[in-house]
Amino acid sequence: MPVSDFQPVIGLEVHAQLLTQSKIFCGCSTAFGAEPNRNTCPVCLGMPGVLPVLNQRVAEFAVRTGLALECTIRPTSVWSRKNYFYPDLPKGYQITQFDQPICEHGRLVIDTPQGEKAIRILRIHMEEDAGKSVHDAGGGQSLVDLNRAGVPLLEIVSQPDLRDADEAVEYLKAMRDVLVYLGVNDGNLEEGSFRCDANVSVMPKGSTTFGQRCELKNLNSFRFLKQAIEYEIARQVDVIESGGKVVQETRLWDVNKGVTRSMRSKEEAHDYRYFPEPDLPPLHVSAEAIDAAAKALPELPRAKLQRFTSQYGLPAYDARILTAERPLADYFEACAGHYKDYKKLSNWFLGELMRLLKEEGTPLSALRFTPAQLGELLGAVDQGMVSANAGKDVLGEMFRTGKAPADIIAEKGLAQVSDTGAIEAVVDDILAKNAGEIEKYRAGKKQVFGFFVGQVMRAMKGKGNPALVNELLKKKLGD
Amino acid sequence: MQLTDLTMLELAAKLAAGEVSSEEATRASLTRIQQVDPKVRAFLRVDEAGALAAARASDVRRKSGSPASTLDGVPLGLKDIFLTEGVETTAGSRILEGFVPPYDATVVRLLKEAGLPLVGKLNMDEFAMGSSNESSAFFPSHNPWDVSRTPGGSSGGSAAAVAAREVFGALGTDTGGSIRQPAALTNTVGLKPTYGRVSRFGVIAFASSLDQPGPMTRTVADAAALLQVIARPDAQDATSADAPVPDYSADLEAGVRGLKLGVPREYFTEGMDPEVEAAVREALREYERLGATLVDVSLPHTKYALATYYLIAPAEASSNLARYDGVRFGLRAKDARSLRDVYALTREQGFGAEVKRRIMLGTFALSSGYYDAHYLRAQKVRTLIREDFTRAFQQVDALVSPTSPVPAFKLGEKVEDPLSMYLMDIYTLPCNLAGLPGLSVPCGFTKAGLPVGLQILGRPFDEAGLLRIARAYEREHDFFRRSAPL
Amino acid sequence: MALTLEQVRHVATLARLSLTPEEEQRFTTQLSAVLDAVEQLQSLDVEAVEPTSHATLTSSRLREDVTRPSLPPEKSLANAPAKSDTSFAVPKIIE
Repeated sequence: MPVSDFQPVIGLEVHAQLLTQSKIFCGCSTAFGAEPNRNTCPVCLGMPGVLPVLNQRVAEFAVRTGLALECTIRPTSVWSRKNYFYPDLPKGYQITQFDQPICEHGRLVIDTPQGEKAIRILRIHMEEDAGKSVHDAGGGQSLVDLNRAGVPLLEIVSQPDLRDADEAVEYLKAMRDVLVYLGVNDGNLEEGSFRCDANVSVMPKGSTTFGQRCELKNLNSFRFLKQAIEYEIARQVDVIESGGKVVQETRLWDVNKGVTRSMRSKEEAHDYRYFPEPDLPPLHVSAEAIDAAAKALPELPRAKLQRFTSQYGLPAYDARILTAERPLADYFEACAGHYKDYKKLSNWFLGELMRLLKEEGTPLSALRFTPAQLGELLGAVDQGMVSANAGKDVLGEMFRTGKAPADIIAEKGLAQVSDTGAIEAVVDDILAKNAGEIEKYRAGKKQVFGFFVGQVMRAMKGKGNPALVNELLKKKLGD
Repeated sequence: MQLTDLTMLELAAKLAAGEVSSEEATRASLTRIQQVDPKVRAFLRVDEAGALAAARASDVRRKSGSPASTLDGVPLGLKDIFLTEGVETTAGSRILEGFVPPYDATVVRLLKEAGLPLVGKLNMDEFAMGSSNESSAFFPSHNPWDVSRTPGGSSGGSAAAVAAREVFGALGTDTGGSIRQPAALTNTVGLKPTYGRVSRFGVIAFASSLDQPGPMTRTVADAAALLQVIARPDAQDATSADAPVPDYSADLEAGVRGLKLGVPREYFTEGMDPEVEAAVREALREYERLGATLVDVSLPHTKYALATYYLIAPAEASSNLARYDGVRFGLRAKDARSLRDVYALTREQGFGAEVKRRIMLGTFALSSGYYDAHYLRAQKVRTLIREDFTRAFQQVDALVSPTSPVPAFKLGEKVEDPLSMYLMDIYTLPCNLAGLPGLSVPCGFTKAGLPVGLQILGRPFDEAGLLRIARAYEREHDFFRRSAPL
Repeated sequence: MALTLEQVRHVATLARLSLTPEEEQRFTTQLSAVLDAVEQLQSLDVEAVEPTSHATLTSSRLREDVTRPSLPPEKSLANAPAKSDTSFAVPKIIE
């Protein structure tokens, strides 16, 4: 059977580092990039006698995320210990949630070529991150840095509802957008603050029984996620085609070779011996707290995108870019309060503004001009006070200096000449000097019209209002 | 009468009156340790310099009229399970030999803030697993009343030191009877507070859902005063209770007239030493004479408590003790060449037999395929045991029973028989499973001169009630005035 | 229930205890005896009973999301059996 006769089945486990100041169970900083073990204390070092105390923001973020993903929030969720030995796991167990996680039964809607598709969320739970082991330290040693031990994570587990690599990528992007919108995660795949494992299996098309699945790790970009899943699907089909059986295992995406390879487990079969964490009472979330969190929930990326197309009449393409990040969408809406041609506004956003932001590496929050000033500039362009081209220069200047558009136009002499008398004088002068060209025009060589426009604009150093120049020329040439 | 014969409150009164200094009291304690500890072996280490510095600081406060608390200047000993910043803390285990904590346990901080000089760290069963102090990796402590016998465990060093008057009081911890049983075996008072009443932060964990620190003293009033210092909600212990802390001394002398004391049938069983039973029965009659009503009650699931405890406590311990892995602190096996060795050899060499036995048992109880039938089932039976107590306390104000079925036994007598050792805790451990407060108060001696203890169990957070009931009995006797024949 | 030597070895592996053959034998006997003793729990009907995992169910105590000073690395590593600069060191982990 060819690959096309198989149906891939994919589920994703997302690990999102929560944007808290302090760790999940102690007051150490979650800051990235410190000297090894600089951000550690007896609690996250797993010293004798220490006890965990939950950072309440972790619970708040979990509830917020659960609500955004349409989950049921458990009024009482339970902490468990997952027991295993590893040098970067200081206590010899990870504090996590097991059979009673804080959120369950949610969904996230994604776009597929066949239309919208809801991917079910099985569960969301809170847990602590482990530290980091460096194996190539030399001297036959591995080095252990526990700065990351105890950083709060949300694990978001989907149902195996994804059917190909593209859907998986779409899901992961949509998930990232939601988490970033909620302000709970920075969405950074490269630095590992937003990570993903993929469970992949294949079954003959039409079958209802899932095949044996493999867990793929080290998928730290959307591209790797797609490549790894596609590779893995092909590999599993190969195994089955050649009469073999897919073995349930964890496989690592090898970036350099572009293959997944088995992480041969050197240790014995895992037995995590989960049991309820006696040091932490169950977490209670009141109905009032859930209500309050639901009310405070921001508009989510998908809803915002739909509103941008309906409320502002924007094409889906524009709306998608404008709503990709919450600050940009917010800024667009602020500007829309001052300028009503939304499509034109969108063009300026997608063109000049985003180019400037990118080139100058400026965050939106550091913009020096107000939405009202941008509206003012676009109004000036519409009214012919300044040409569209000159308007771009004005925007650049506003971007760099924060000066008012009117001041920039005046200072730089960018104001467009829209005085009919002044333009008429120039038009008359040019026509007087080019009698031969007038003959050609009147003989039917209409392209000469462009020549006259060019001559007038040159004489006016580009400041003539193009609409008026055209209008007057046509009148004088007897059209 | 020597200075060390004073109770904590007697000493505190003399300190307040300026009749004696904390430095004198602390030196008296240190001298007594020098004299008798070679026989008792209660101390793992003595912090002479630290204790004297704290004593002198206390004297300065007393002189300036601003004592930190009523117990300011009263020297105390600590079971070696409490982390002390800068002072080695081992929990009686080789695996922590040389471990110098970078922080103080919450209760240690509270004691320091209250001005009590801490004279040293007291011996214990390794990681508090044992009932005789014989599982200490270093040496067993001896019972001051008969040095061929055990002072009990696991807080045996603490009990022995208080009974031998080496310190005026001590802190212990109680997971299944580890405060009360050694108190009973040494003619001292031991109080296990309600779970959550005293912070566990900085107390080396044995079984997290059962462990509770508490005072070990010569008198009931001393226990009340010491509990007053350490009973406090703690922001660093998520299981510590918010319940208000009453004045534990206020009703101490209120007596037992009108109180209903339950006598649980299941706590007077075969296998109890006849002399222990006789002493406890006599104490019950005493309570009747004092105006209490005795009520026969039943705690039907008592017979399951031992099995329940020996699944839950080892399971939690197997996880709590995973951090002793040779990576960040404590022992690392010298011959460890691989990561596997660092773990397996370190733990093999660093843990003693009893600790390994319980780690094995607990690991098994949690392991795949056995969890439901063992650990989960034990947790359900734990609920039944709690409910027994809840029902009993609807009828009575407190329960009275023997603390230990037998008086102090000979060192070495039960070492090779774990099950018979585990039976030492049958009357004490149901209280831990239910999270209730429990207290042991001296109630006489056997013909051979071995102490017997009376156990009083109460409703959650009714430590004051237990102390009052214990005091009513203590007032009629002078057991605490008797000194051990050292 | 009686434990087999194999089971004892498996549990020892999970618990990272490198038992001697003599210990393996002894623990097989002793743990079997303890497990026999706890067998009595099987006679109870606990179908409808909720498990107790915490002795008291107080409202959970939470912390504010504020940072507190960490230990200086020299203190974090003061008890380390082996270290390199400010990292803990272990024999090379073979991936």
